[in-house]
Amino acid sequence: MAGNAWRSMMQTVTLIPGDGIGPEISTAVMKIFEAAKAPIRWEERNVTAIKGPGGRWMIPPDAKESMDRSKIGLKGPLKTPIAAGHPSMNLLLRKTFDLYANVRPCVSIEGYKTPYTDVNLVTIRENTEGEYSGIEHVIVDGVVQSIKLITENASRRIAEYAFEYARNNQRSSVTAVHKANIMRMSDGLFLRKCREVAENYKDVKFTEMYLDTVCLNMVQDPTQFDVLVMPNLYGDILSDLCAGLIGGLGVTPSGNIGANGVAIFESVHGTAPDIAGLDLANPTALLLSAVMMLRHMGLHDYGNKIQTACFDTIRDKKVLTKDLGGNSKCSEFTADICRRVQDLD
Amino acid sequence: MTARCVRSVSGSLQLLLRNRWPKVYGAATCSQKHTYTPPPAQYGGRHTVTLIPGDGIGPELANHVRELFRFCCVPVDFEVVNVDSTMASEDDINNAIMAIRRNGVALKGNLETNHNLPPSYKSRNNLLRTTLDLYANVMHCQSLPGVRTRHRNIDIMIIRENTEGEYSSLEHENVPGVVECLKIITRTKSLRIADYAFRTAREKGRTRVTAVHKANIMKLGDGLFLECCKEVASGYPEITFDSMIVDNTTMQLVSRPQQFDVMVMPNLYGNVVSNVCAGLVGGPGLVPGANYGEDYAVFETGTRNTGKSIANTNTANPTAMLLASCLLLDHLKLHAYANMIRRAILSTVTETRLHTADLGGQGSTSEVVQSIMKAVESTGPRTLSL
Repeated sequence: MAGNAWRSMMQTVTLIPGDGIGPEISTAVMKIFEAAKAPIRWEERNVTAIKGPGGRWMIPPDAKESMDRSKIGLKGPLKTPIAAGHPSMNLLLRKTFDLYANVRPCVSIEGYKTPYTDVNLVTIRENTEGEYSGIEHVIVDGVVQSIKLITENASRRIAEYAFEYARNNQRSSVTAVHKANIMRMSDGLFLRKCREVAENYKDVKFTEMYLDTVCLNMVQDPTQFDVLVMPNLYGDILSDLCAGLIGGLGVTPSGNIGANGVAIFESVHGTAPDIAGLDLANPTALLLSAVMMLRHMGLHDYGNKIQTACFDTIRDKKVLTKDLGGNSKCSEFTADICRRVQDLD
Repeated sequence: MTARCVRSVSGSLQLLLRNRWPKVYGAATCSQKHTYTPPPAQYGGRHTVTLIPGDGIGPELANHVRELFRFCCVPVDFEVVNVDSTMASEDDINNAIMAIRRNGVALKGNLETNHNLPPSYKSRNNLLRTTLDLYANVMHCQSLPGVRTRHRNIDIMIIRENTEGEYSSLEHENVPGVVECLKIITRTKSLRIADYAFRTAREKGRTRVTAVHKANIMKLGDGLFLECCKEVASGYPEITFDSMIVDNTTMQLVSRPQQFDVMVMPNLYGNVVSNVCAGLVGGPGLVPGANYGEDYAVFETGTRNTGKSIANTNTANPTAMLLASCLLLDHLKLHAYANMIRRAILSTVTETRLHTADLGGQGSTSEVVQSIMKAVESTGPRTLSL
């Protein structure tokens, strides 16, 4: 029966609304998806850490079970706990699902003017090791050593993901960002793995560039970059630099890819507690992450439709939220996008 | 691993324990520990400066500096030390270091590091900086009228710790396939660079110092750096001190760079931030850089590029290297010459607008240098004929 067939096409996505403005922007995204008639069934879960058996902090079992089943997640901003006793939720999620790649496509938004136009690049950052391994010691009083860890497996895995992404999204080149002139062994290992993987992807052009050269050229001419792959720290800095080029964290989508086919897409801005519950939030970041999610799931038509509607609304400048320069409410912004999505049908 | 750390630590502990009085040249007294006196002009009132041409565009720019100095009758003689960066032995760089110890100041081009060679081959530039303990890298990025950029009114002074941090070159592979690289942060060096930053801010009349760090993740390492900065800040009450996480800093730099005044940071973040700022004000061809130590100073282009691809094509922008030579003259307290040359350079860039390819113009390097010499001649002092 047609009804059953359509229902069986529906894919489940675990939705984690988050804190602060999280719930309202998640509602906005759900509304827009409904207007677009996207075949997504949302399963809302809460990921506040609980103490599991053995005293280790973990995410609630129902959240984990839902993610393992659906394999796709959409997450709003999570509050960083102070004195709650448990580590950051983002870190916990990363460890639980082995989210090794952080992908941020940065595309200039027509209608949201920044000094940089025509930005169209993707930063792919290794998310599990590198400088953020958290291994630090005090050797002698006044001398601290932080360890940067680079492993063959993680480097190969991220390089493979980067080339696969480039191939699947019709990107022409991948650039490895490194500082092997100074950190010969560690970044050298990373670079070697990238070169090895590049051999298997001859259709994608591979280049290598020093971190400082990338920074220098990025602020002068970002159009020369396509896909960038790099270890953790450089990725952190560069992905935020690129987010700054297109307008900040309020309009930047982000996706985390894990082992076992798990992928969690998220908005990377904060929880904005000062405007929570006041219908003033901007759902663009979460919406664009959701679009990224649709593309990841192969639902390109829906993704394109929603993205076009969103960009058209911003370009029109009639119902923009405060951070985009207007003074409309979140619900008005959402309603406008819903209307455009339905018109595009 | 421990042995290597101890060896590296003992170097800095030695510095602490060695009861060093600042080297005294001329009339400087011990109580004025921070008053700097340049190396004496021993030979006929002329200073001797070590010149390391380097690779890529280095040699041609070094020649232009010499040409310009000769034309302006600057009392500086260059002792040229060539360093062959392709050789495995470190003799060349050690000769250069000895020459710099002898003369006290140097002007250098960038030495290329082939990163495909094994780790035993260390970066020559890094070797020079750490051996001579040039602990502060200072880069002053200013928007220049006449150079088209996306952002205007930028005036940022970047002070970067130059000898430790991620550039300690301490790496090892304990297990095959797993490499550990050590980032060292010490209290002594962090205090030293923070003190340098605040002192410079005070001398130049700047009002704000921002420390750039990632202490939320690297709690002990960058946490120590931040703590040292806060400690030093308490001794300079007229200067506002704040801190910012490095990823937010880069985001702010590309959207609103005018908010920054003086920035102080460890080595790697300094690399990123200085390159971003150089890009914001017009590119690597415009900004000079200086490396200061207790006893020595080495001047170079701010972003340390070799410019391999444009070497010997007469298209490189000489501005950065020439402004670096002006910083050199200031260091030698030859302020009249420094200001004369600097004014001429800036008038060529901003008024005459003779730009090289990197700034969107069509001038060649030699044309720009000729224009600068003409500008110097027109200001009046006695020069050699053009």
